Amino acid sequence: MYAKLRLYILVTLIMGLGIGLILYKHFALGFPLLPDDKKSVWTIEAKIDFTARGDPIIVSFALPQETPNTVFIEEDFASPDYGFSELTSPTGRRAQWSKRAASGSQTAYYRLSIYEIDPITTPPITADLPPEPVKPEFDEVHKTAAITLLDQVRSKSANTEIFTRELITTLNSSAPSQNQSLLLNEQSSEDYKTHLIINLLALEGISARIVRGLYLEDGRRRQSLTNFVEVYIGSQWLLFNQKSGDRGKPENFLVWQRGDQSLLDVVGGKNSQISFSIIKNVHSTRNLVVRDSMNKQAGLVDFSIYSLPIEQQNAFKMILLLPIGALIVVIMRLLIGIRTSGTFMPILIALALIQTTLLTGIIIFLTVVGTGLLIRSYLSRLNLLFVARISAVIIVVIAIIASISIISNKLGIDQAMTVTFFPMIILSWTIERMSVLWEEDGPREVFIQGGGSLLTAVIAYLFMTNRTIEYLTFNFPELMLVNLALILILGQYTGYRLSELYRFHSLERRDVSGKR
Amino acid sequence: MFLASAKKLRSFGIIGMNQRNFGLISRYNPRHLYPLVDDKLKTKLLAQKAGITVPKLLGTLQYQHDVRLLKEILRPYDQFVIKPVKGSGGKGILVITEHDHNLYFKPSSDAIQLADIERHVSNILSGLHSLGGKPDTVMIESLIQLDPVFSDYSYEGIPDIRIIVLKGYPIMAMLRLTTHASDGKANLHQGAVGVGIDIGTGNALHAVQYGETVSHHPDTRKTFSELAIPHWDKLLQLAAACYEMTGLGYLGADLVLDRDQGPMIIELNARPGLSIQVANYAGLAPRVAIIEALNTIDPDPQLRAAFSKQQFSVDSGIHPPRLLHTRSGDPKP
Repeated sequence: MYAKLRLYILVTLIMGLGIGLILYKHFALGFPLLPDDKKSVWTIEAKIDFTARGDPIIVSFALPQETPNTVFIEEDFASPDYGFSELTSPTGRRAQWSKRAASGSQTAYYRLSIYEIDPITTPPITADLPPEPVKPEFDEVHKTAAITLLDQVRSKSANTEIFTRELITTLNSSAPSQNQSLLLNEQSSEDYKTHLIINLLALEGISARIVRGLYLEDGRRRQSLTNFVEVYIGSQWLLFNQKSGDRGKPENFLVWQRGDQSLLDVVGGKNSQISFSIIKNVHSTRNLVVRDSMNKQAGLVDFSIYSLPIEQQNAFKMILLLPIGALIVVIMRLLIGIRTSGTFMPILIALALIQTTLLTGIIIFLTVVGTGLLIRSYLSRLNLLFVARISAVIIVVIAIIASISIISNKLGIDQAMTVTFFPMIILSWTIERMSVLWEEDGPREVFIQGGGSLLTAVIAYLFMTNRTIEYLTFNFPELMLVNLALILILGQYTGYRLSELYRFHSLERRDVSGKR
Repeated sequence: MFLASAKKLRSFGIIGMNQRNFGLISRYNPRHLYPLVDDKLKTKLLAQKAGITVPKLLGTLQYQHDVRLLKEILRPYDQFVIKPVKGSGGKGILVITEHDHNLYFKPSSDAIQLADIERHVSNILSGLHSLGGKPDTVMIESLIQLDPVFSDYSYEGIPDIRIIVLKGYPIMAMLRLTTHASDGKANLHQGAVGVGIDIGTGNALHAVQYGETVSHHPDTRKTFSELAIPHWDKLLQLAAACYEMTGLGYLGADLVLDRDQGPMIIELNARPGLSIQVANYAGLAPRVAIIEALNTIDPDPQLRAAFSKQQFSVDSGIHPPRLLHTRSGDPKP
């Protein structure tokens, strides 16, 4: 009983570890559980144009910051003959291009690829209390208008959030009152309106700042940044759309820059312009996550199969499927009770079937084994020593395989050429054993065991070629632990095999009649 | 219905392969004792040392170049059996019943030549019949003479008696009769008839061929209801003594009755099969439970055999109603 308890504890540990690692990879690292999981990757290109005057040039450009729900895949900076550096300051990252002298029209490019993820918990963006906003200077007329407007809005709102929303909607209303028209002025450019909102909020004693961002839409060119207002409410910054007053970050919106720093500074140039173009690509989530985790050096991924060269990875793709085959064999033998020739030969046949495709593989297998048995029966009359005979069978098998390849090539059946993927030594051994079985136990046993092997191989093949299983075994090698735990449990199974329900069925029948 | 319900089988106490491997073989048979029974030569020597009758050893061959000696070894004998020492399940056994000039005759009266025997021996030496293909040894034994008691129940071969022994107590027995279908071999898979034997009396209980009930031998047409095995006490005692001999807690002893020498052991098996349950129309589990409930194991094989005789007799009532009693016009209970 003690041994049993120990085994169950072991099984629970292995199972727990395996499932735990899988869940960690899924939730913390973002590995999808299904192979078809796709994500949109946005590639944003910022193009900076300006005319140089022949003086030294410094171009400084604000760059976006990575957040918990956006992942930057790669960033490129391009501009011919310019020196480049990336500067990080508390207010944000900036790219700086510089050159001693240039003239004529100049262009600099910045390209960024990102995708969005859903982190398990969105950490609340808490921020320290900003300094009391400086009361803005308004001239007398504007000040009166502003105070009137603020009074009006304040009377309609209960807290800062509603106040802000109300203020923005009032400023955007289609039928503006006199005060609003006065404040908005004729020149209501985007930036002017943003600053007006910030100033009005400052007059009310509310801290606010400008946020510039980009709406991500596929195939857009010549886009510019959109202004948002971020307001400090209850120890965090909340984002407001300055056109609608809606709170929160809209979908597919990339925050580019926060605060009042300029987006672009060009020293030594004029007519500077910036435009963005956006392209959407769909990538498999798994590839993105693997690349990202490798970049971040997440231990679980860094010390994994992904760190191997591609060729070895492909080999492992196959190797990691073997435990699935082993599980199938265990189930077939212990639960179903199917007899196979050679314990794990079915797995090897299944591996060959993966290379040849199912139907071709089965036909080739039957042809090779059938022909082999015929020739083997002749060899048995030659009175050979055992080792010599099985070696002869190996050569015969190779000859059969070669002929199948050549004949099928001549006939134009390409699939049959894959015959070389069958493990020849194993095939020879199978032929030898089946031949002996035939002599000793008769053809019936040969068909039972041969059929059992083939059936097990086909079932293992179906599981091993399942896209989802293939994906899971390769990307979650921890699954092997779960598999191991299952096999350990199955190793404890002492109930009847399905085949025994048939084997002993006569007992049941007679009992019923006996009782009658 | 092709499938029995697992629940019903369990209520009969039928033991399945998994249960056998787990609860009996791995529990009672320490691995290091296997060679004693897997190597028939060792078993034979052990049995001789314990004073148990075994078929006479005529010679052994260990190396391929010994095959040349075969002719010399076989010269004095007309009848003999060639066996692989490490064979299992009756594989690789060649029986010769008659020798005439260059021809040797199998029980089926097929004639083969010395060259054929040499090839067979060579195959055995190469490990064709041994577990894992390991090189093997050939042993040549004297042929067992059919006891006249079985002459009506046997076709071209010698029937053997399989007794399952748990911790030294015989718990179930079965007579395996050769048939035409089994090619003279006492192997149930190949079509031999399995006859369940009452431990208490040595009388036939019930017979199966290919898992189906039969009432008489398919070749000799003799009904089994009159079959009773002579020397039954001696057979039980021999089987019980195998426990001391090998130390295996769960074993299958294969015994035969020789016309001249009486009961003898031909082979022991550390992994006896489960068909015996079908032949007996009874499960092993209740009998295993009785033995497992014993506090002490009697050191005397004769007393153990007596205990089993009394415990597992059909009339002791642990069995379901006997088939043979409810057949052929007997009043129904």
